[in-house]
This record gives sequence, structure tokens and C-alpha cells, in this order.
Amino acid sequence: MNIRRVFAMAYKETLQIWRDPRSLAIALLMPLMQMTLLGYGVSLDIKHVPVCVYDQENNQQTRGIVERLVSSGWFSISRTLTRQTGIRRAMDRGECIAAIVIPANFSRELAATGSAPVQAILDATDVNTTNIAIGYLQGVVAQINAALDAQWAEAHGVKGSLAGQVELAQSTWFNETLDSRNFIIPGVVAVILALVGAQLTSLTIAREWERGTMEQLISTPVTALEVMLGKLVPYFAVGLIDAVFCLASAAWWFRVPFRGNIITLFVTTALFILVVLDIGYLISVRIRSQLGASQVALLITLLPTTLLSGYTFPIDQMPAPIRALTLIVYPRYYVTILRAIFLKGSGLADLWAPSLGLLAYAVIVIWLAARAFQKRLD
Amino acid sequence: MNATGPAVVAEGLTKRFRSFTAVDHLDLRIEKGEIAGFIGPNGAGKSTTIRMLCGLLRPSEGRALVAGFDVGQQPEAVREHIGYMSQKFSLYGDLTVRENLRFFGGIYRVARGEMGERTRFAITMAGLQEREDALVRTLAGGWKQRLALGCAILHRPPILFLDEPTSGVEPEARRRFWDLIHELAAGGVTILVSTHYMDEAEYCNRIALIDRGRLVALGTPGQLRSRHLGGELFEIRCTPLGAALHVLQGAAGVIDAAIFGDRLHVVLGPGGLDQAGLPGFLQEHGVSVQAVRTVTPSLEDVFVRLVSTHHGGQDSS
Ligand SMILES: Nc1ncnc2c1ncn2[C@@H]1O[C@H](COP(=O)(O)OP(=O)(O)OP(=O)(O)O)[C@@H](O)[C@H]1O
Ligand SMILES: [Mg+2]
Repeated sequence: MNIRRVFAMAYKETLQIWRDPRSLAIALLMPLMQMTLLGYGVSLDIKHVPVCVYDQENNQQTRGIVERLVSSGWFSISRTLTRQTGIRRAMDRGECIAAIVIPANFSRELAATGSAPVQAILDATDVNTTNIAIGYLQGVVAQINAALDAQWAEAHGVKGSLAGQVELAQSTWFNETLDSRNFIIPGVVAVILALVGAQLTSLTIAREWERGTMEQLISTPVTALEVMLGKLVPYFAVGLIDAVFCLASAAWWFRVPFRGNIITLFVTTALFILVVLDIGYLISVRIRSQLGASQVALLITLLPTTLLSGYTFPIDQMPAPIRALTLIVYPRYYVTILRAIFLKGSGLADLWAPSLGLLAYAVIVIWLAARAFQKRLD
Repeated sequence: MNATGPAVVAEGLTKRFRSFTAVDHLDLRIEKGEIAGFIGPNGAGKSTTIRMLCGLLRPSEGRALVAGFDVGQQPEAVREHIGYMSQKFSLYGDLTVRENLRFFGGIYRVARGEMGERTRFAITMAGLQEREDALVRTLAGGWKQRLALGCAILHRPPILFLDEPTSGVEPEARRRFWDLIHELAAGGVTILVSTHYMDEAEYCNRIALIDRGRLVALGTPGQLRSRHLGGELFEIRCTPLGAALHVLQGAAGVIDAAIFGDRLHVVLGPGGLDQAGLPGFLQEHGVSVQAVRTVTPSLEDVFVRLVSTHHGGQDSS
């Protein structure tokens, strides 16, 4: 490999990007737009979540709890059930995404022990909505508890909160903070960078074929690796700017707490951008028309990235074979990394496994792309 | 590069695209410092041959050595020693003249100390002194072609492949381009240039006539003229032309007869009609003859004849 030729390629490619300000503007503004769309899309407040109620006791106290649910504005009662088996049927029909079960001995237990459970069963098909619903339920339960405290204090003439507590028995298997935004926004960043990154480079080789410049280029002694590295340099800069835009809007606009350090974020982000750009480049080498290349890039990045990266659908909830499949879905590593850096403040040492995954990916794709680039017309 | 051997050797060089044979067992030998012309009609296989010699297409059969390196086995070594100008303009239109030169200078690793001088040389040669910072796509055809030549010779390659460098360029610019080719050849560069302008054949040291993928004739312009016509060429002014053509085509000793403008061109072989007998023969058949004279055949005459006999041979086989 000759560094002079890499520089020459990078120089030429940079000029071409610079001389095409429309494409450059799209490359820089698109991620911000998608960030806004996807970011708000996943964290919109949901009102009137349909719930079914199976109130086994059905007295004044338990009806009061149901009323609280409704008056919060977050829930609407879609059905009142009289049998446990009705829950499954209602959920299957999509009549509700949550069922509230109040046990028959609720009032007695509350009076006797000072606390009593209310069961919430959640349809987790749509994880976002489910999480939001859990958050709302907790809010309502907190209100009920506060009201019970007040009642108790009034009845006993003292201040304090020793009184009865309603417990929400739910399964929190995801997003312990119950703030879907914090959890999902880092995933959105990963998804956007994966999509935009592959688009950036997917056209670069096809363009040379379509304009006829490839024939001249491959008649020179330039090597496949030099062409690739030279072409990646300016796109790497564009990709990094995109990453800065997305990460900054995650931290400052969507207010996801950032607990990690910048160096870890930079190193892992740079690695991820290298991978996504090279995926686009590999596509570009294989497909000689710009339109075809861009469509293939969209197709093969969009579905796996949105479905299998774990950005909305948690990977550990997937069936084993699909879980295995996610190992080759490179954005999953970056989703994991970003969440850990943002929410847990993890450093490089904690993140060696997903970082190694990305590194392995980068090496393999670079190797494949360099091999796929043939300096032949046939 | 091999110091004594020929610049280009091809032996049985063949290229098939599926079942179609674009280049058919071509044998070729071009000595150092020669200007070799590839002449042939559209689709003859000129570009395909040049692309194989540049290592851009893999030969289906046969082999070729360029600068002593096998084009199929060592294409990278070949590329180090050649300059190539493709038929379709293929510099970067969205870069300026100077930027294109700087790019190719970097790709060819022209020594940094030499870059300034080479760039200036290319710009002067192309006559682009005033337009160094113009985007290449805004240049007219002749300038583009000369700039492409400039980019192809930045690194002083000993062998240069030019694929129809003058197509679509106005006559004045074509002449300037050929002056440049001759200057390069005078400097020792071997040049293989393809064209379908017959008049340009005269500018070459040696000509390879290609038709339907086959080498039909190879030689200096002088050799081709005398050898391949098969006889002597006469120009006849007579009326009516049609009747004259008709009777001559069947006559003994007539190798070829064709209308050429308002005259007839006739090739007479040994035995049968000769120059002295022509007027009498024609008058016998009711044609009035004004003049008969020998002419030096143009290469076009030779090509037209060679290509037509070549086709005739193929059609009957
Ligand atoms: N990649 C290809 N696939 C299939 N056929 C091809 C390919 N390239 C060239 N051909 C065919 O091979 C034949 C020779 O083409 P080539 O371009 O070498 O001719 P040429 O002599 O350069 O003609 P021109 O004067 O038009 O440039 C043509 O019939 C062409 O259609
Ligand atoms: Mg051609």
C-alpha cells in the first residue's frame, strides 16, 4: 500500500463531495431529521391505554382504585371481566394491552397487613407502549398510596406514612428506569448512523462506473486497498459529523443522561462508523449502478437494524435462533455500547466484548471489500 | 522493462463475450518507438484488443506481452509501464484541469520535485494555460482529449495506448493531436493508437487493419498500398459510369472496379486488360472515355478492398 496514492484518492474524493453541495447537505441534515422523527416517534406520550379490569372483590374501595386509573387520563377501561381466562382472550383480540387484577381479599389484606397487591398483566408485543403503560401504572399507584396515607393520617390524627400501601405486582424485565426515552434514544442514534453511513459510501464506486471514470482509474497501478481507504477518508469525516449531531441531540435535546466519558464514546463511535461506511462500500463494489446500490444499502441495513439490533425489541426476549442471528447484526454492538456509555457510564474496559465485535466486523468487511474490487472490466 | 524486446507482442490473442468472438486469434508485434495504428470499422474489436493489452480484460485465449509482462498474469506490472486513454472520455468532469493532473500525478507517484514541471508541460501541451482552474466538464472536445493525453503521460510511460483519441474532434484539433503523438514518438515512446479515420492511418509507422475481430493486414502504409491491392490502380473518366462499371466488373484481368466520385477506379491484375487496352474495350461497349491515368492508391482504397474481400470470404464459408 502506498500512502501517496491513498492521499491522491482522498483528495479527489473530497473535492467531488465538496463540489456536490446538495448531496453533502442531505448527508449532514438527514440524520438530524431522522433523529427528530424517530426520537419523537418512540417517546410520544401515549394517552388512553386500553385496559381490562378483573375486579374479583368489587367493593367501594376497589372500585375507587379503578376510578383512579380512569381519572388519570392515561387509561381507558375497554372491558370489565368476570373470569381470569377473559384476560388472554381480550389481549389476543387486541382489546387491551394491560389487564388489572384486583384479588378477592384485597380490602381485607390491606386492612390487616397494611399492604395488598394489585396485579398488572401486560401485553409486551409493543415494548414501547408497554413500558410507558408500566410507568403510568406506577404513577397511579403512587397517587393511590398517597391518598391512603392521607386517609390514614386523617383517621389517626397524625402525620406520617405508616399506613396501608397498594403494591403493584408487575414484571419489569426491561428498562429498569422505566423511561423509554433514555433507553431508546441511544438505539435510535445507532440505527440512524447505520442507515446513513451505508448510504454515504454505497454510491461511490457506482458513480465511477456510471460516469466512465472507472476505466481510467483501473488502468493505473492503484490498488484495491488504496482506492477503498482513500475513498473512505472524506466519508469518515462526514460520518463523524453526523455522529456528533446525533449524539449531541440525544444528550441535549432528548436529555438522555450522559454518564460515560468522551474518549470511550469517540473510539467506539469511530469504529462503528468505519464498519457502516465499509458495508456501504462493499455494496458499492458489488453493484455498478447508483440507484441499485443505494436501494440495496437501504434494504440490507434497514430491516436487520430496526428489527434485530435490540434498539426497540430486546435481544434477550428473542427466540434462541434469532438471538444467534443478531450476532451478525453489527448495530447491536453499538446499541449496547451507547446504552452502556450513556446510562451506566461504562468505559472501554467494560465494553471490550461489543467493541471487539465491531473491530472483527471492520476487519472482515475491509478484507471482503478489498477482495471484491476487481481491476477488470469483465 | 525488457531492454531489447518488442514493446507489444500478441500471440493468438482472443476475446469472447459469451458465444460472440470480439477478437479472434490476433497476432501482433510492435517495436519500441513505433506509432502503430489500429484501423477498422465500428465493432471491429479495436477497443477490446487495447483493453486486453492494458490488462483491463482477461484474454479468453492466447497471450500478450506488454513491456515484457504478460497481460493476463501480471496486469499490475503492465499498468506500471503504460499510459491509457480510453475511447470514452474518463477524466473527472467535476474537478478542474489542475486538480485532475494533481490526482493522476499522485496515483502514478510522479516524483514530487517533478510534479510542477510535468503539470506545466501537460497544461502547455493541451493549450490550457488560461483554463487551468476551469472545471473539466466545461472544456470543448479537443481540449478534453489533449488533457486526457496529458494525464496519461504524466508519469512518462514507455508505452501509450490511445483508443480513438480524435473521435468527435474537429479537424484542426485532430491535426494538433497528431503532432503531439509524433513528438512523443520522437521521444522514444511506443504508441498504439486506434482510429476509424482512414486519413489518420497515413500518420502511423505501421498499420494493423482489423475487421470482425481478425487482423486483415499489417504493414507500413507503403507496403499496404502496393501489396494488398493485388494490381495497379487506374482512374477512368468516362460516361455513362454505370454501364462502364457493369462491363468492367465481368472483364478478364479486372480485380476490382468501383465508382469513385464522378470517376471509376479500376484495379487491373496481370493477364487480361491493361492500361493500353482499356479505352478500346470500353468504347466497344458503348462507353465514351475521356481519360485514363494511373493513381497512387489511398489507404482508403486498400481498406475498402481488403474489408470487402474479407467479408466476401467469410460469407461464402
Ligand atoms: N463487454 C462486452 N460484452 C459483450 N460484447 C462486447 C463487449 N464489449 C464489446 N463487445 C462487442 O465486441 C465487438 C467489438 O467491440 P469493440 O468495442 O472492441 O469494437 P471497436 O473496434 O472498438 O469499435 P468502435 O469503433 O465502435 O469503438 C462489438 O461487436 C461489441 O458489441
Ligand atoms: Mg472502440
